Amino acid sequence: MTDQTAPPGLGAESLTTADGRPLKAALHRAQARAKRRAFLLVLPLLAFVLLTFVIPIGIMLFRSLNNPDFVSYSDIDSGTEIPVMQNVQAWFAANPQGTEPDEAAYAALAADLVHLKEIKAQGSVGTRINYVLPGSRSLFTSSARDAAKLAPPYKEAVLALDEKWADPAVWQAMRSSAGTITGDFYILAADFERDDSGAIVRTAEKERIYLYLFWRTFFLSGLITLICLVLAFPIAHLLATLPLSKSNLLMILVLLPFWTSLLVRTTSWIVLLQQQGVVNDALVALGLIGTDGRLTMINNQTGTIVAMTHVLLPFMILPLYSVMRTIKPSYVRAARSLGATSWTAFRRVYLPQTLPGMGAGVLLVFILAVGYYITPALVGGADGQLISNMIAFHMSKANWSLAAAIATMLLFSVLILYWLYDRLIGIDNLKLG
Amino acid sequence: MALPIYASPLERIWHYAYIVICVLIFIFLMAPILIVIPLSFNAEPYFTFTDKMLAFDPAGYSMRWYDRLLTFGMAAPEAARDGSWWADVWANATWIRAAKNSIIIGFWSTVLATFLGTLAALGLSRPEMPWRRTIMAILISPMIVPIIITGIGMFFFYSNPCAPLEWVGIEVQCGRLTGTYTGIVMSHAMLGIPFVIITVTATLVGFDQSLSRAAASLGANPRTTFFRVIMPLILPGVISGALFAFVTSFDEVVAILLIGGPEQQTIPRQMWNGIREQISPAILAVATILVTFSVCLLVAVELLRRRSERLRGLSPS
Amino acid sequence: MVSVDSDNPAPAIKAQVEAGNVTIDVGDVEYADAIRLCDEGLLEPIDAATLPAAPDGTPAVDDFLPGALTECAVSTIVFSTIFAYDTTKFPEGPTTVADFFDLEKFPGKRAMRKGAKANLEMALMADGVPAADVYATLETPEGQDRAFAMLDKIKAETVWWEAGAQPPQLLADGEVAMTTAYNGRIFGAAVGEGKPFATVWDGQVYEYDLFVIPKGAPNKDGAMEFVKFATSTQALADQAKWISYGPARKSSGALVGLYQDGKTEMAPYMPTAEANLTNALASSYEFWVDRDGELNERFNAWLAQ
Repeated sequence: MTDQTAPPGLGAESLTTADGRPLKAALHRAQARAKRRAFLLVLPLLAFVLLTFVIPIGIMLFRSLNNPDFVSYSDIDSGTEIPVMQNVQAWFAANPQGTEPDEAAYAALAADLVHLKEIKAQGSVGTRINYVLPGSRSLFTSSARDAAKLAPPYKEAVLALDEKWADPAVWQAMRSSAGTITGDFYILAADFERDDSGAIVRTAEKERIYLYLFWRTFFLSGLITLICLVLAFPIAHLLATLPLSKSNLLMILVLLPFWTSLLVRTTSWIVLLQQQGVVNDALVALGLIGTDGRLTMINNQTGTIVAMTHVLLPFMILPLYSVMRTIKPSYVRAARSLGATSWTAFRRVYLPQTLPGMGAGVLLVFILAVGYYITPALVGGADGQLISNMIAFHMSKANWSLAAAIATMLLFSVLILYWLYDRLIGIDNLKLG
Repeated sequence: MALPIYASPLERIWHYAYIVICVLIFIFLMAPILIVIPLSFNAEPYFTFTDKMLAFDPAGYSMRWYDRLLTFGMAAPEAARDGSWWADVWANATWIRAAKNSIIIGFWSTVLATFLGTLAALGLSRPEMPWRRTIMAILISPMIVPIIITGIGMFFFYSNPCAPLEWVGIEVQCGRLTGTYTGIVMSHAMLGIPFVIITVTATLVGFDQSLSRAAASLGANPRTTFFRVIMPLILPGVISGALFAFVTSFDEVVAILLIGGPEQQTIPRQMWNGIREQISPAILAVATILVTFSVCLLVAVELLRRRSERLRGLSPS
Repeated sequence: MVSVDSDNPAPAIKAQVEAGNVTIDVGDVEYADAIRLCDEGLLEPIDAATLPAAPDGTPAVDDFLPGALTECAVSTIVFSTIFAYDTTKFPEGPTTVADFFDLEKFPGKRAMRKGAKANLEMALMADGVPAADVYATLETPEGQDRAFAMLDKIKAETVWWEAGAQPPQLLADGEVAMTTAYNGRIFGAAVGEGKPFATVWDGQVYEYDLFVIPKGAPNKDGAMEFVKFATSTQALADQAKWISYGPARKSSGALVGLYQDGKTEMAPYMPTAEANLTNALASSYEFWVDRDGELNERFNAWLAQ
């Protein structure tokens, strides 16, 4: 936005409007008014998007870092927050990391367990610890049940209830959970965990999954983007070089899938690709495969790739087409007349001019692909799942914080790509049909 | 696309190969959409062509799956098909109820998205608009951010919309938006807004601001200028934006799965359940109806686009 | 009262209660979820003493099967994860849970539920672990490795299902030759629709299904009345007319009669029938309440590799 002020040196200060105000000030005021008016038109929508989109995402970010379940318990009946595990936390505060839990620690634990039982918060606290130390939930619930019977010396009494309390990992898990704000869920979401001393280490190899799924999501998205580009190029070229009346007709074949419900298209691919489906039947009928050799094309990676390529292809064709349309055929003809072979003319003259379209299409398809959930969920089977499906899985297990942490990681990858898109192509150039 | 006369034999071969490749890609694009149509008339509960169907034997075809769309969920599907049977369909049939919900939610979210989106697009298209690029980026982002992420955010927020107020110290008790029509309409409108912005700003590209100034100088007040000068020009963009917004809502599953309650059963949600659990050919009947629906929408949008281009003198009519 | 089909209402209950805005009156949940939700204070306690007594006067506390009543939940039925096969493909039929994992003897695609629960137990039983030792084995890393090693054998040939309606569909479509399933679904397809499916009870994993009332339910009193009615002796016996899930009350057992077709005796199809219990495992909620997160994590990682 450039500020249009009067050119210097013309004595703008001395010019006045009809009602006697200095021209510069009047102009400035008029411009400010125009700015305000334009902004007022956008304001209602901005407020709406803030309310329905920005704030919810902010809350998600907050939830990914906030889990107070080890510190306070929200009592449903009274609607109040009751502090829990206060004594153990006091002990943590007084004793640095690595201190062997002593009698005082166990006494604090015993007191807290009694309190948990009183307010029935042992499940909530146990679940919180279970997230970082699997298998420890029942340690809290069962110990709290009998906590009232505990008597000094507490160390022996607590260990008599359950010897798992002696495990340094339990104390470490409690220490790292003793706060409302925690980065633990990001540690988990990056396939790391804390060891007994509190150091962050990689999880056991057979339990690593998220980074691998992120990698797979990006790999499959890249592959799908590439296939889309390869398929979209000839189509866009054809549409761009045909006379308008013909290309408009063929354009309908591109736009119809675009306007058709995602679920309809996914259903169709199930129908086409399943073992007893149309494609397999046709192959058997043609004698290309035997009845026993039916191909598995659905409920695996192939299913995800095929269905997603189909869904995203129009998003590649449309930007390519709009760029190709503007390329003048005379350039290629000129190259040919100067002796270039058709291949050289294509490679050296035509292809470079399509780059903006390719860039736009590739980025858009890739961005949309990394966040896909529906299609992989329905046709992806086990090895065709993407990171979004893992987010949905944790939501369905009510593990909000972990779901939010993984979602935040995905969000940032998408936002970086989006920023890149805006930088390179500009959002204003996004076109739909 | 005609082959130049100086083309070499190799180029000729390549040219025909190219045509074949294009045809194959078009088949890839269209096959999945067309295949469901004949299969939805299958007399058998299979998802493939039976021998009878391939022989064009009328016995291989039937309307049973369409009939099932009406009867599924009815209180008394076996009753005589009179007025009260149809009343039963209208009130109880699962798919009809889903269709009603989809239309109601789609309608209101379209109205909301189109109204707010058009207003904003008008502002964004003014040369004086401050922070244009940033605001545009924010308004388009619901289309870019994966819906599962937006959905989770909405799930947290809608479960307790007053939580942000509580953090800043204001104690209020307010209702929940999950499981309400209001909540769904808000989320669907938000998802549809980028489409409205894109289509309306596209019609305003190259909009000659002097037109409105001319109207003003001829004595038209802003109201008249808007309705007589600007509106006719942007109307095609507004309508196609509205259609996009409607389709977005009409096809949306993730948000409704996360924040919808039992009452907000829509067509996509019903289809999602159907595909995940028991994919019956009735799903194909729904799919066929939806394909027909999208053909109509596509035709409408194409006509609007051409009209808009003609109005703005972008292409010869 | 609104009835909703939902794969699993537990997360919805948690979200609604935490937000203080509950729409669900009665939820139908699995044992581990019932315990977990109750422990977290998200459910209304249900006093077992207020439940209707058996017709002969036995109080409800004694009439329900052991473990069927908890602080906040009342069991309705016993359901079981079994495996079933297509009799046209295997006329001689697999007979033991080990056969499910034996691709050489019984070639063909398999289907299993996408999740750790019941699969790991069946895998261990197939590997020769007696039912009584399954959970003790599964507690140990070696036991878990053993279960996953067993699953490895059929992983390449396995389709994963998520909703209970899918396994009979997969069998009927010929997509798989054998599948794990909820016993009632196979019964419905085999007896109800006459499909050529057979159930193998060896290595079955059975558990309760329970009714719970979320804290702050809008019609709490109505919900309580509903639970009392729906878990009465007659009501539990009546549900068995429709699907082969065993009633959770002893007194209902005697009243279970014929299937809705009027000729099929239901008793032999129940998970709790004497003949079906020779090598059967009662699912341990204590184990799954603790290990659900960890083992599903590992299961997902295993699936993804």
